Amino acid sequence: MHHPSRRNLLSLLGMAPVAGAALSANAAGATQSFAPETQADARERVRQRYFPDVPLRTQDNKKVHFYEDLIKNKIVTINFFYAKCEGVCPGISANLVRVQKLLGDRVGREIFMYSISLKPEEDTPAVLKEYAQSYHVRPGWKFLTGDPADIELLRRSLGFTNPDPKLDKDKSQHTGNIRYGNEPLMLWAACPGLAHAEWIAESIGWVDRSRVQNPVARP
Amino acid sequence: MYFNVLGEKVSGARYREMANAAKNRRELIAAGLTSRRDLFKMGLLTAGGMLVPKLGLSARARSVIPAANQLASPATRSFVQPLFIMPQATPVPSLNPAPTIAPDTAAGESRTRNHQGFAQFPPNRFFNVVQQAFQVSQSPDLPLQTIWGFNDGTNLCSPGPTYASGYFGSSHNKFGRAHSNLVRNNNGLPTVQHNGGFGIPSVTTHLHNGHTPSESDGFPCDFFEIGHFYDQHYPNVAAGINSNFPGTGDINESLSTLWYHDHRVDFTSQNTYKGLLGYYLLFNDLDTGEETTGFRLPSYPQFDIPLVFADKVYDPKTGLLAFDLFNLDGILGDKFLVNGRVQPFFEVQPRRYRFRLLDTGPSRFYEFFLTDLNNLSATNQYWVIANDGNLLPAPVKVTSVRIGVAERVDIIIDFSAFAGKTIYLENRLNQINGQGPVIFSTSGTGATECNCPEILPAGGGNLLMQFRVSGTSVADNSADPATQTFYSLPSTAGTPAVVRTFKFDRLNGQWSINGQFMDCNNIRVHVQPNSIEHWILTNATGDWTHPVHIHLEEHQILTRTTPATGSARNPPTLAVERSRKDVVQLHPNERVELFFRFRDWVGRYPLHCHNVVHEDHAMMLRWEVDPNGGDHVEVP
Repeated sequence: MHHPSRRNLLSLLGMAPVAGAALSANAAGATQSFAPETQADARERVRQRYFPDVPLRTQDNKKVHFYEDLIKNKIVTINFFYAKCEGVCPGISANLVRVQKLLGDRVGREIFMYSISLKPEEDTPAVLKEYAQSYHVRPGWKFLTGDPADIELLRRSLGFTNPDPKLDKDKSQHTGNIRYGNEPLMLWAACPGLAHAEWIAESIGWVDRSRVQNPVARP
Repeated sequence: MYFNVLGEKVSGARYREMANAAKNRRELIAAGLTSRRDLFKMGLLTAGGMLVPKLGLSARARSVIPAANQLASPATRSFVQPLFIMPQATPVPSLNPAPTIAPDTAAGESRTRNHQGFAQFPPNRFFNVVQQAFQVSQSPDLPLQTIWGFNDGTNLCSPGPTYASGYFGSSHNKFGRAHSNLVRNNNGLPTVQHNGGFGIPSVTTHLHNGHTPSESDGFPCDFFEIGHFYDQHYPNVAAGINSNFPGTGDINESLSTLWYHDHRVDFTSQNTYKGLLGYYLLFNDLDTGEETTGFRLPSYPQFDIPLVFADKVYDPKTGLLAFDLFNLDGILGDKFLVNGRVQPFFEVQPRRYRFRLLDTGPSRFYEFFLTDLNNLSATNQYWVIANDGNLLPAPVKVTSVRIGVAERVDIIIDFSAFAGKTIYLENRLNQINGQGPVIFSTSGTGATECNCPEILPAGGGNLLMQFRVSGTSVADNSADPATQTFYSLPSTAGTPAVVRTFKFDRLNGQWSINGQFMDCNNIRVHVQPNSIEHWILTNATGDWTHPVHIHLEEHQILTRTTPATGSARNPPTLAVERSRKDVVQLHPNERVELFFRFRDWVGRYPLHCHNVVHEDHAMMLRWEVDPNGGDHVEVP
């Protein structure tokens, strides 16, 4: 009787779920029934909230699924761009090339880099391949395209949005941040794509808990 | 294309329904549905389980563009649990190993620089604090929450224990002495495999507003890991002690209401949301903590109550605290916590109380009103006595006061006018996203404040906490604020060594200051020790309001220039802004010019937006008081 989509809709609208209502209205101090949560459950909760497992295509025209193939069990960086972007994209892509060099052979083994096209209609795998080659991108960095609706879902799920509806629609104003994170550890943060490459590389290191330095002495 | 909480596509009609939420809610209020019973029905006084009579009344659903993954908390009852009052931090007789001037790296200390003030102000009170996970009930209608707090060996809580100390040179405060504190912060957090979905077990604890040597300040890049500790020395001295008021410091620079919080670069929002914050109070021979001496402010701790405000979201399925990991703009919650509990009640006597109000965000601004739900048209006034923890030249009588993240106001409420009644502290500021308050108008004339935010009707905002006022009259030895004066404002005369400009901007969603981004290794400003500088902050981010915080020294606002008229207001229009501050609200398109005198200590400090989501996304810079001399870069 409490179909999940209805329950979620009620939640979205800020209304009390009916099931919770019946329980908590019961008596003073009565608690609603919530299932206890393990760390695995918490990870699943993060997955459901942020990582739709949509199909995408790489610059090598290989079909991949966003969560299962690209995110699960990995340390990753994620940014959005499009090939013909003349605003912040060239600077950010060039910066990421420097980040890839600084991270060395860890990229592709421990750390995986993803750049997702905001204009999937024009950014075919072939276009992405040419783009990657023009920047001398090395292995471990995938350029991704897909169904426009899936890309839009990804963009919103990953928070690359603008609260101003006009700016949100204007792709030239797209968010230039780089999301970095460690999926199994649920550690996520972000930094500007135009920050110093050395700083971006150091920041990515924080979510690789096997390599943490203590303390970090700085001049 | 529109999406619901699980990223499923929803119809345009459904989307419009959500976007109209705020409007609907205000229509209901306009329609006169403002009785207590109706407020319950509307979810404003969320009685458990009652369905709201019209769609979309939650603050959370009021976002113009709902992100795909916005959550709405499960129902909780309001005003069914008492206010939690944080216990006073308990010192220990000594620390083992004993604190040292140089970092005790061999013993596991993570400090990287020597203590500057250790020999001059030897520590005489010691705290051994462990930051650790624990379980707590934040609402009787939610499961136990595993959060992070501070354990001083006697109490483990979040907000953490309240440090209460006597100022250097002071002997007539409630402790009868001066305290030079040495706080050993131990990182006892669980490994990240047990973080419950957010938070990094890597910490640096900032003493906000402290006139603190750099190595003890809790600089964002001084973070340390599990199993290590960091000794922080708080000499509790007034500014000027080693400069223009040698030996004593300037009494007019006295601080009262400070707070401590995690400041881990890129992860401050997660770690503070998880609970790593608390109060730090200072008393001296004037602000004594006793209502029979000095300024005769209501006595601590009986009638002087620190309050921590925070808004949070709980997962509707698990009832557990949820953090929006992928938000770049600012996070709003739909549950309002005071001292770590959802909408508590507090039983008070019909007399004066001092409340210290602190907005811990992550991103919300508050405008506090006193509301009597049985008399919504009443104008209920109270006194503001301190801004950002600094006593004003004299109390200011107000009907409301607005603060942003990290700002504090100390207020005095005289409950004798409400004997036998139940009244509420209500936030009536309309805010629907991380941008800041909804700006009604950017025009304004004369004495009216510009950038006027939208104030919701009485009873139509967020009821934060409930005061149950006893009907039995009691003694009150505190002074009438109408008759009081406090400290004079330190002089802002003197030629600045340099006037610097910092432009707060947003470039394709990237938060920047003068077009650059936070980098722990990049020193943007070198300040000459014991010099005067003017810092101009400008806001180029359009509709966004930024609460900007600068460490080490307080500032005074010299001018606040409004966008519509371009006219500078000197002094600021708001009486409560004629004060010493450590956070300045930078409203849309504004320019503020701040007076600084950088004194006594040297080393690294940050300047940053204190919307902690902006701060974590690089709207911050590192500057230094440099013993080798300052630079004169006007646009660092």
